[in-house]
Amino acid sequence: MSAAAGDTVLEIRDLTVVFRTERGRLKALDRVALDVPRGGIVGIVGESGCGKSTLISAVIRLLAANAEIESGTIDFEGRDLLTLSEDAMRRLRGDRISMIFQDPMTALNPVLSIGRQMTDIQYRERIGGAEKRRRAVAMLDRVGIPDAAARLGAHPHAFSGGMRQRIAIAMALMAEPALLIADEPTTALDATLEVQIIHLLRALQRDTQCSILFVSHHLGVVAELCDRVVVMYAGTVVEQGDVRQIFHHARHPYAHKLLECDPARIAQRTRGLPTIPGDIPDLARPPPGCIFADRCDRAIERCRATPPPEIDLGDGHRARCHRLDEGTEA
Amino acid sequence: MTAAAIPPAPDGAIRGALRRLARDPLGSAGLAIVVVVVLSALLADLIVPYDPIAMNIRDRMQEPSLNHILGTDQLGRDTLSRVIMGGRIALEVALFSIGGALSVGLALGMVAGFGPRWLDNALILLFDTVRSFPTVMFALAIVALVGPSLRTIIAVIIVTSIPIYGRVVRTQTLAIRNNEYILAERAMGASMARVLAVHILPNVIGPLLILASMDIPGVIAFEAGLSFLGLGVKPPTPSWGTILADGLALVRNTPWLIVAGGIPLILTTLGFTFLGESLRDIFDPKLRKDL
Amino acid sequence: MFLYIVKRVGLGAVIIVIAIVLLYGMIHLIPGDPASIILGPRATPELRAALAAKMGLDKPFPVQIATFLVDVARGDLGTDVFSNRPVAEIVFSQLPHTLALIIAAITWAMAIGIPLGCYSALHRNTMIDKITGVISVGCITLPSFLVALYALLVFAVWLKWFPAIGAGRTGDLASQARHLVLPAFAIGLGWVGYIARLVRASMLEVLAENHVRTARAFGLPERVVIFRYVLRLAILPTVTVIGIGIGFLLSAAVFIEVVFARPGIGKLIIDSITTRNYPVVMGAVLASTVLFVVSTTLSDIVNAILDPRIRSSLR
Repeated sequence: MSAAAGDTVLEIRDLTVVFRTERGRLKALDRVALDVPRGGIVGIVGESGCGKSTLISAVIRLLAANAEIESGTIDFEGRDLLTLSEDAMRRLRGDRISMIFQDPMTALNPVLSIGRQMTDIQYRERIGGAEKRRRAVAMLDRVGIPDAAARLGAHPHAFSGGMRQRIAIAMALMAEPALLIADEPTTALDATLEVQIIHLLRALQRDTQCSILFVSHHLGVVAELCDRVVVMYAGTVVEQGDVRQIFHHARHPYAHKLLECDPARIAQRTRGLPTIPGDIPDLARPPPGCIFADRCDRAIERCRATPPPEIDLGDGHRARCHRLDEGTEA
Repeated sequence: MTAAAIPPAPDGAIRGALRRLARDPLGSAGLAIVVVVVLSALLADLIVPYDPIAMNIRDRMQEPSLNHILGTDQLGRDTLSRVIMGGRIALEVALFSIGGALSVGLALGMVAGFGPRWLDNALILLFDTVRSFPTVMFALAIVALVGPSLRTIIAVIIVTSIPIYGRVVRTQTLAIRNNEYILAERAMGASMARVLAVHILPNVIGPLLILASMDIPGVIAFEAGLSFLGLGVKPPTPSWGTILADGLALVRNTPWLIVAGGIPLILTTLGFTFLGESLRDIFDPKLRKDL
Repeated sequence: MFLYIVKRVGLGAVIIVIAIVLLYGMIHLIPGDPASIILGPRATPELRAALAAKMGLDKPFPVQIATFLVDVARGDLGTDVFSNRPVAEIVFSQLPHTLALIIAAITWAMAIGIPLGCYSALHRNTMIDKITGVISVGCITLPSFLVALYALLVFAVWLKWFPAIGAGRTGDLASQARHLVLPAFAIGLGWVGYIARLVRASMLEVLAENHVRTARAFGLPERVVIFRYVLRLAILPTVTVIGIGIGFLLSAAVFIEVVFARPGIGKLIIDSITTRNYPVVMGAVLASTVLFVVSTTLSDIVNAILDPRIRSSLR
């Protein structure tokens, strides 16, 4: 499913984010470009440290104080988020853009009841407290919290992890945002809970038709939930396409290897799990060429010398690799 | 769940620490002050311009002059000499009381953390009880009975400080005691004494020393305070506290005694505090509560 | 929760009992005959014998302790040897002055310290934060009696802005207030620094927590985030600290009352030590200790009630 140009809810172009640290300037994101179509679910996958979290922090503009946006645009519903004032940005948060986080245990305020937190976030609505509570109960019902009306006064610690994540989802979708950003929402949950949450998200997405930007390092979940997949490595988007293209025809050497190494996909019993040899490069001193060059088994001279351009592989499938430029099979 | 043991300082750490200290303006200032105070205490007998307890009624109540740099008090004693000697008294008290409390606290803490549960409970109850006395009140109660003297002060400080060190040592010991390498040693028959001395002691001594060094200003202030109340050193021994007490009595006549007695106290407590904080940040930032 | 309160109060009671035993027992631990110690070296044998009989010093020690504990429970702290007034009466007549001083000190320390700490946390590492940090450390280490002496010197003797001695005319609130200013300032100064640092550290901790990020991600106005989400949690340690602080404040009050010649528990103890009036000393120290234990117990309980995390862990 390719994204028609006018039908995207989020368009990121040429985004470069740098962190000022004691060790120097760390390039956390390098010329990142991706699209989220209206009503679509886009997954971002990559190892820890690949920049997934930095990317979504940049979108919602809650980056750390030492982060610097060197270049790029983040177009949301026609406006560049990077040029908005803090006030304007704040108005979007929780209203047009919502977020759910990785750790349900700590993402909710421990001293306020969930009812209080859910009415707090409705602060923009010009409705009475009773109406806000009613909406909160309705939403909690929708995400499957039993006996929601009675539990409005309960505090987060009274709920299990899976329930807390449902509450977080309820909070995020209550304002019917155009874009929901999910930062590894199932990483802290066990496998059965994970499945439930994914199904819940899918059902809610069908109902509300919101777009979802779903960050995860769990490939199986991404494969099941997402329409499009973006593969990141060390701050660069190395490949993106629809889920079928990525999972069955990954062309970038890293994406290919990543999928190969997923234990869920190993068909044969084996003594050793496959890994990608080497380490991610030092982001304070990135290599002049392709970021993956020194771990790539298909790297040539050109790979180490110049950064690869984004190659269009057709039908919305793109990858950053010199080897694909030659027209040879990956 | 194993708790991380505090790593012993690697070789060359002292030099590295001094270099880092040099870059910290407050820490360096603290070090400079501490050095001056310690030196003047050690060399007190050599550097006092006059005998601190010699009275000279003819020259009483003089303002600072070339003869008496800080003036004289109501009995004609040279204030500067008394200040210098007072510094020695202050450091003596700090040394003996903190040293004593450290040793006993260390021992009791290790026993509490490592020994049987009932002993631990009993010691904790004891610690909590001692800590439930407001310190100065406790000191006053004891002084009321025994009469004022330097030894009493040192004893009171030791008794009231033991629970603090004891608790810290106990917590560390409890954290380490269930580490696997300890269990392994005990499984091989190592005695409690050996485990304590070889494994637990090196791990607790670092933070303990840092904590102790940060108590120095408080102890010095405590001695000064009690002496100020007339319940510390016995006259005519000079102490910053007694100088201040004289200053209070004569506050409408001359401010110099309060100034002269107060400034060294301020500088010394600040100096030790800044130095202690810098050292703590260098050696064990985990102890810092307000990063 | 209820169980926790019961256990905590029980612990407090046990500590008070042990403290009483210790205080009372100290007379006997000191070498020498208790009656001579109390009456001083110039007492005649007849006086000593009379006192010993009156205080029951001839009975076995456990009986003495038990009697004393019962007496304390009834509010009888013994009798002043010299004036024959009940010690309890003497102590409680002086207590209100010290309490007024302590409350004034805490109030001004919190009024300045909490906003200061809050500001420092939100403007971390700016010049103001760093300067405040250094000054806070300075104030914490300065002995309060030193601050009192300098305050007296500067504001009372030189500038004559405030009175130097006493607590003011009874019944005249304005006069009492004026006499409170310098003493409360002296005691509170160290606490301003301490509370500011504490609130700063606590706020920084809470600000870094995930639920604050969530609140921001929902676009809640910064003021709501800071006051309702951050400050509520960050204040909690301050509550506990005040409970422990009462002990330090009581100790500081002794010095302040001497410097400013204010009536109060501290001055009572010092005067009684000078006159070797041991029952009064013991009674006053006992009262202070009980006050301290009660305040720490209360603050622990309040802390447990306010922080639902502790509440749930106690279920």
